[in-house]
Amino acid sequence: MLDNLKILFHQGKQYIPDVTTAKVPGIFRGRPVISTEKVNETELMELCPTNAISINPVCIDLGKCTFCGECAFAFPDKIKFTTDYKIATNDPKKLIVLEGLGETIELNPELIRAEIYKCFSGSLKLRQVSAGGDNSCELELNACSNVNFDMGRFGIEFVASPRHADGIVITGPITENMAEPLQICYDAIPEPKIIILAGTDAISGGIFEGSIALNRSFLTRYKIDLYVPGNPIHPLTFINGVLDLIKKRK
Amino acid sequence: MNYISLKNNQTIALSAIPELDYASFLDLNLSSINSSGAHCVNYFGFPNAGKIKLICCIADDELHSIRVSSSVVETKQPLLSFTKHNLVFEKFEREIHENFGVAYKDHPWLKPVRFPSNRFNKKEGIADYPFFSIESEELHEVGVGPIHAGIIEPGHFRFMCNGEQILHLEIQLGYQHRGIEQLFLEKKKLLQRITLAENVSGDSVAAHSVAFINLWESLCNYQPTSDLQLARTLAMELERVAVHTGGLSGMCTDVAYQLGSAVFGRLRTPIINFFQKWCGNRLAKGLIRAGKTNFPFTNELGDELTKLFDEFEEDFEGMSEELFELPSALARFEKTGVITEEQAKTIGTTGMSARMSGINRDIRASHPYDLYAELKHQPIIKHHGDVYSRAQIRKEEIRQSIRYIRQLIQNVSLETDKPGSLSSPQPNSFTIALVEGWRGEICHCAITDEGGELIHYKIKDPSFHNWLAVALAMRNNEISDFPICNKSFDLSYCGHDL
Repeated sequence: MLDNLKILFHQGKQYIPDVTTAKVPGIFRGRPVISTEKVNETELMELCPTNAISINPVCIDLGKCTFCGECAFAFPDKIKFTTDYKIATNDPKKLIVLEGLGETIELNPELIRAEIYKCFSGSLKLRQVSAGGDNSCELELNACSNVNFDMGRFGIEFVASPRHADGIVITGPITENMAEPLQICYDAIPEPKIIILAGTDAISGGIFEGSIALNRSFLTRYKIDLYVPGNPIHPLTFINGVLDLIKKRK
Repeated sequence: MNYISLKNNQTIALSAIPELDYASFLDLNLSSINSSGAHCVNYFGFPNAGKIKLICCIADDELHSIRVSSSVVETKQPLLSFTKHNLVFEKFEREIHENFGVAYKDHPWLKPVRFPSNRFNKKEGIADYPFFSIESEELHEVGVGPIHAGIIEPGHFRFMCNGEQILHLEIQLGYQHRGIEQLFLEKKKLLQRITLAENVSGDSVAAHSVAFINLWESLCNYQPTSDLQLARTLAMELERVAVHTGGLSGMCTDVAYQLGSAVFGRLRTPIINFFQKWCGNRLAKGLIRAGKTNFPFTNELGDELTKLFDEFEEDFEGMSEELFELPSALARFEKTGVITEEQAKTIGTTGMSARMSGINRDIRASHPYDLYAELKHQPIIKHHGDVYSRAQIRKEEIRQSIRYIRQLIQNVSLETDKPGSLSSPQPNSFTIALVEGWRGEICHCAITDEGGELIHYKIKDPSFHNWLAVALAMRNNEISDFPICNKSFDLSYCGHDL
């Protein structure tokens, strides 16, 4: 008993007091900023492993970006990755970072369905489905609930059964072999329900885009409520995105 | 000579691999595998002028070499299986059958492996998997998955139970199949391929990317500088510390020991945050690159890491001492989910799953790469093969890895040699790369055509063999012990399904 208390005491305070203003340590690659510097744009575009960069004007699609940072190393005056982890949004247009703007990425309140605030602002239970995820986003989603990030303090939790859930969090590029189980799981969630895509693989297929082993038809059937970019997602990106989704209102 | 002997990360001409008739190929590899210290690191086929060319790679841990031989077979001609004589080959032959339709006369269970998109028989899908069944009024079956209760990858587990006791567990995988090996051929840019390697299994980013990079640099006849090798060795050992610590947390969760779960869970955070400080990503994505590094390891990072471990060790040792003396945890760990040494040898487990059953199998010692030869690695071996052994191995490997990292960062050279530039891959070649990830042995093989383009890429994750160990470990255990057993092996779904 005393040993346990000693261990507990020695851990100190591990939780992040305010997840909306916390700074991430080190050189985290979050929201990129693109300058108006003139560079060889074709070379820049072709460098990207997932065709996330397009030109005229130069922009990066965070739904496709793997955050490898190679473009920033090759063209340091053109592209810089900031440590801003608030890159989740409900508007696919806002995932596109344009040159010369440096805008922050936010949710578009107009696109948030009214029932989300009404039903989920105090409590949100989520069912996670990994559909070809590589276990990196899954590790980070688990980390959201650990003693450091402690997402449970906001009433946001992952639950075991879709029957207990208010929404689904999809990771991975959605494989053919997971297409049917994903649909069955989604159907089992009572209405109203939300869909969150966590990670670049889920949003666009990422590096797996174009593989014949994928079946992404599920995404064409429903409205997506939140896109959380990252490879993997950072727990703070996810928590802030979900908080904005359930707290903001039209 | 009817085989060619290779070192780890060696590239040879494809034509240098002796091509045998199938009967001698079978005899040769069956006798090779029976010598002490030998195990099969990869056995695969690839299409070759309307036929299938089989390549078998048997690692000899005592001679530190890999014996590679080949044979060309027709898909229509049913073959005698290796598996009939040695179960180590069971999954390799199922994979060859599934991918190319090669028939085997005497394979004991020629079941689908992962229902890949380019499989030979497209008539049946993943929902048609042929499970074993027993007719009996006393028995019942429990189906779990593919989607599980936590945040975890999908796979289907079918238990055959007598009351609470498990008679048999069958594990069906394939839900995570993304066609990675095919994408290695289709995506031609090097950056795309390294990104694929990083995404094989997101908990083994360093291990799979080092395997790919070592293979690629050998294929391009490139000798990495010592600071590149240092960074790779460090990344692999840091990954081991991080994942093993998280593994201990998960094992505490599965026996409902909340303090252990929280403390080990939070101890993993500073290690992965260190990766973020080093390379901007908590799981080391973006860190390992062929022929260069974007993130040199500096003395400042070394000092920070030393300080991190000084703090980590105190909390880690305190928590470990408490856990391994706690009767309620030990009661769940000891004699649960046992794999005997004989079973482990029969099915050819690798990595931690082999070492917990008394098998000395560790690529870092037997086929060293990067800086492991200098570290003179001594594998940690346990003998009980139970959950307790798997917990002990984690604890001791964490200590060992921290020791190695402390040793490695003592001589970080500030003068980095300017790395030379990478040339293009050699034509008509075969390369094999082995690394020991935290989970076990990872094998990547590549074959190029006359233009130096990849025509075949083969990945073997340790989970490929070790899933069968989970199934066997569950026999005669209570079904309620499944979570702790499964977590103690901590195998990869996506690494298996590719």
